[in-house]
Amino acid sequence: MEQHILSLILFTPLAGALVVALLGRDASRLIKTVGLLFSLVALGLSVWLFLVFDGSRGDMQCIEIIPWIPALNVSYHVGIDGISLLLIVLTTFLTPIALLASWESVTVRLKGYVALMLLLEAGTLGVFMALDLFLFYVFWEFMLIPMYFIIGIWGGQERIYAAVKFFLYTMAGSLLMLVAIIWLGSYAASLPGGAFTTDLLRLYAIAPGIPMGIQIWMFLAFTFSFAIKVPIFPLHTWLPDAHVQAPTAGSVMLAGVLLKMGTYGLIRFCLPLFPYATFRFLPYLAGLGIVGIIYGAFVSMVQPDIKKLVAYSSVSHLGFVVLGIFALTEEGLQGSVIQMINHGLSTGALFLLVGMIYDRRHTRLIKDFGGLAKPMPVYAAFFMIVMLSSIGLPGLNGFVGEFLILLGSFRSSFLGSPWYAIVASTGVILAAVYLLWSYQRIFFGKTEHPEDQALPDLSVREIAVLVPIVLFIVWIGVYPGTFLGKSAASTKQLIHRIEETRRGSFAGASLEPGHEILPGERR
Amino acid sequence: MSPSMSDLTAIAPLLLVAGTALVVVLVDALAKRNRILGPVLTLAGLAAAMTFALPALGDAPASAAFGGMIRTGGFTSFFTLVFCVSGLLSVLLSMSYIETMVPGKGEYYALILLAVSGMILMAAAGDLVVFFLGLELMSLSFYILAGFARGRMTSNEAALKYFLLGAFATGFLLYGIALVYGATGSTALAGFPSRTGGLQQPLLLLAGLALLMIGLMFKVGAVPFHMWVPDVYEGAPTTVSAFMSTGGKAAAFSGFLIIFTPALLITQPALRDVVAAVAAISMVAGNVIAVTQTSVKRMLAYSSIAHAGYILAGVVAANPAGSNGVLFYLMSYTLMNAGAFGVVSLLENPDGSMLTFDECAGLSRRSPLVAALTAVFMFSLAGVPPFAGFFGKYYVFAGTVEAGFTWLAIVGVLMSVVSAYYYLRLVVLMYFNDQPGGQAVAVRPFGLAAVIVAAIALIGFGIFPSILLGLTARCF
Repeated sequence: MEQHILSLILFTPLAGALVVALLGRDASRLIKTVGLLFSLVALGLSVWLFLVFDGSRGDMQCIEIIPWIPALNVSYHVGIDGISLLLIVLTTFLTPIALLASWESVTVRLKGYVALMLLLEAGTLGVFMALDLFLFYVFWEFMLIPMYFIIGIWGGQERIYAAVKFFLYTMAGSLLMLVAIIWLGSYAASLPGGAFTTDLLRLYAIAPGIPMGIQIWMFLAFTFSFAIKVPIFPLHTWLPDAHVQAPTAGSVMLAGVLLKMGTYGLIRFCLPLFPYATFRFLPYLAGLGIVGIIYGAFVSMVQPDIKKLVAYSSVSHLGFVVLGIFALTEEGLQGSVIQMINHGLSTGALFLLVGMIYDRRHTRLIKDFGGLAKPMPVYAAFFMIVMLSSIGLPGLNGFVGEFLILLGSFRSSFLGSPWYAIVASTGVILAAVYLLWSYQRIFFGKTEHPEDQALPDLSVREIAVLVPIVLFIVWIGVYPGTFLGKSAASTKQLIHRIEETRRGSFAGASLEPGHEILPGERR
Repeated sequence: MSPSMSDLTAIAPLLLVAGTALVVVLVDALAKRNRILGPVLTLAGLAAAMTFALPALGDAPASAAFGGMIRTGGFTSFFTLVFCVSGLLSVLLSMSYIETMVPGKGEYYALILLAVSGMILMAAAGDLVVFFLGLELMSLSFYILAGFARGRMTSNEAALKYFLLGAFATGFLLYGIALVYGATGSTALAGFPSRTGGLQQPLLLLAGLALLMIGLMFKVGAVPFHMWVPDVYEGAPTTVSAFMSTGGKAAAFSGFLIIFTPALLITQPALRDVVAAVAAISMVAGNVIAVTQTSVKRMLAYSSIAHAGYILAGVVAANPAGSNGVLFYLMSYTLMNAGAFGVVSLLENPDGSMLTFDECAGLSRRSPLVAALTAVFMFSLAGVPPFAGFFGKYYVFAGTVEAGFTWLAIVGVLMSVVSAYYYLRLVVLMYFNDQPGGQAVAVRPFGLAAVIVAAIALIGFGIFPSILLGLTARCF
């Protein structure tokens, strides 16, 4: 059973979606329970995976490989390293929480909703497991369908615009990546004794040798697709719309997991496949990351809508992740990985909290609130903890990630200048400004609005949703070693390989790989 | 020379389909009151043809019958399969649909069978003349079928327009055949590309090939020979559009593959560039114009122009991946486009007005099943995994990139984004729009069954493309 654990995790939500689809339309309680149950089984399996995963190894583990489309050399090839492990656990952790969070707020077309959430989970898990570019692409695109419906059917006022924008934006990016994937495959075929392949592990050995003139285009195609997903400034414009319009659980999944697919893609594909192009572009990408940090923070500051504020804060937080990735140091990459998890937890929790107050008041405008700490002390306390984690208070999770990223980029020999870290660190301060300021406006002062005075505090279900997240917020803050230990060997191996590549090219006369026959030439 | 037994077994599917056509006409004349016998016989004939075509799928493509006039083997069999699937789906969709439009016209099914015979003859052609014969048989049936709803102005317009332009295109094709014959001294397709080398008058051959290409491009509906497509697909009875846009297109593409073989295209780079340009323009024009449509049928018509462009990209590739991609694409396109037109036929007003996008609003409330099926077809047409439409595109573009036409693949994927916009518009209206009212969904069990089968096949071929790839691999 252990050798098929990844497939088990992947197919559990799929099976759940199928079972839910077969249930009667009106059995809403049953539908919710079955959906939750399947997502909990997936969670249990991934906890098991976490325990059996060998953190001392940096290579791929739990590999399963089954031929799928022999004509194109495509196989069902899944496997994980420490980086994907953490993201898989995050996904299976957030899905039941998201389902539980929408226990009462979603009433229409419940069956479709639960089934789509499970499909979304499966698609996302597939993205993090796939070790074949074709398989990866299938999951990557497939997960658009459930998310599109979740935003479009259960979203807010402007949901149609947001759903279509989300779909088209992502598809535009990923289709260019598809061309690049095909190109990589036929490049492999053009080498002496080669065959068309999209197998990632095989391409790891081949791709860095792609001539620079072409490697750049491959890198850009992949990066463009991932940058839209992350999103990296200036490709972020779909995000506020999608986040604000999506239902609470949709936002949790979107911010918590889907955005990580972009940064994961950068780590898993862009760095190891196209190292030379990465060296060339990393100052710009790190720069864009910093622009995102500052820009996201400033725009957050002026948002009248709390949900929009949280959405823009994602742009800022993911800017840190991008900076950490392109610092190409062990600390930076480790920081990015843990920051991905942190952002999933704290932004997910923030969206949940915003959803809870919206369920009560049906408004999200900061000016409509005031003095909420008095009628809702428990809510205020949870909000405080999550907010502080988002700001990066030492002792909570956010600090660990940001600290490592800043450390890594400060020391990075690839960036070559401490100024990246210095400018980025202002983002931490700005985060404190916009979050604390909005906290003050919402929770302190007089309870001016009469509707606020009689607001009920959090229910047991709502507390049950938040407690697990807060638990991990503190855990990672106090003892991040549990999680960093799992990904350390993998990040180390990746950075080591990149360092080797650079040293190898320095030893050779030129920075660029040699020119071979291109598959792009007509034959 | 009388045909031998082996000749006759070689064309068994063709004989079955054509024979059934004659029987259906007779049955219609003798048993006027019986309305179910005609379609049932048609279905049986097509299914029988399919079973006869299946065993030959693994055969080498070289074997020939009737002194080389007919080619048998995997290629012919695969196309026969596509034509029969297209015919079966259309017949199922037509049952009780075409009756409400023109009661008591049994020749409808005979015409479908005759058209399928023509298509089979085209794909089996070992000689340009035989190809032309098949093309004419198919086209003449189409002209009548397009105008089958005699009471409707749009249907009449479609038939007349199709006939006039089609006759013109046929002229081009025939003239092309004549010039090719003049240049090479033969109309046989066997060894065609090798004979073209070292000719005294390469210009004559090039002109002949160009004319042939124009004729074929007209039939597949590629820009700039697409003018007829929107009007004909919109005006013809919807089930006929489903048939013409799938089987008809596939038949014309079989012509591309047997005349403009990879070997020929590689020796004639100018022709290849022309095809590439036409493919690109078709993708751009078809998709961009489709965005502005308000009638669902017209949108599907323009999208079919775009799909002709995608499939042509596979022809341009002129390599195994491209050619196999064309075959895969044609099968999946047959399923998804017949499905899409099929859904339209279920949703249409019986009074003959065109189905608009707005009428689909809130469909997921009125009929969750039909809405879900439509969503499958739309996502598949847009090329989103895990549906077969995605894999078709992937395979075709894999061929194009491998052949060095990366720019064409890039145009193709960018235009896919545009296409996603208008395909999704239908999904948006069906699912995200809650307004009540709108047209009730017609209850036609056979039609619904056809659409369900198509959707299941699309998902099956999408997740396990190897089922189809195993069949296409032996075709060349």
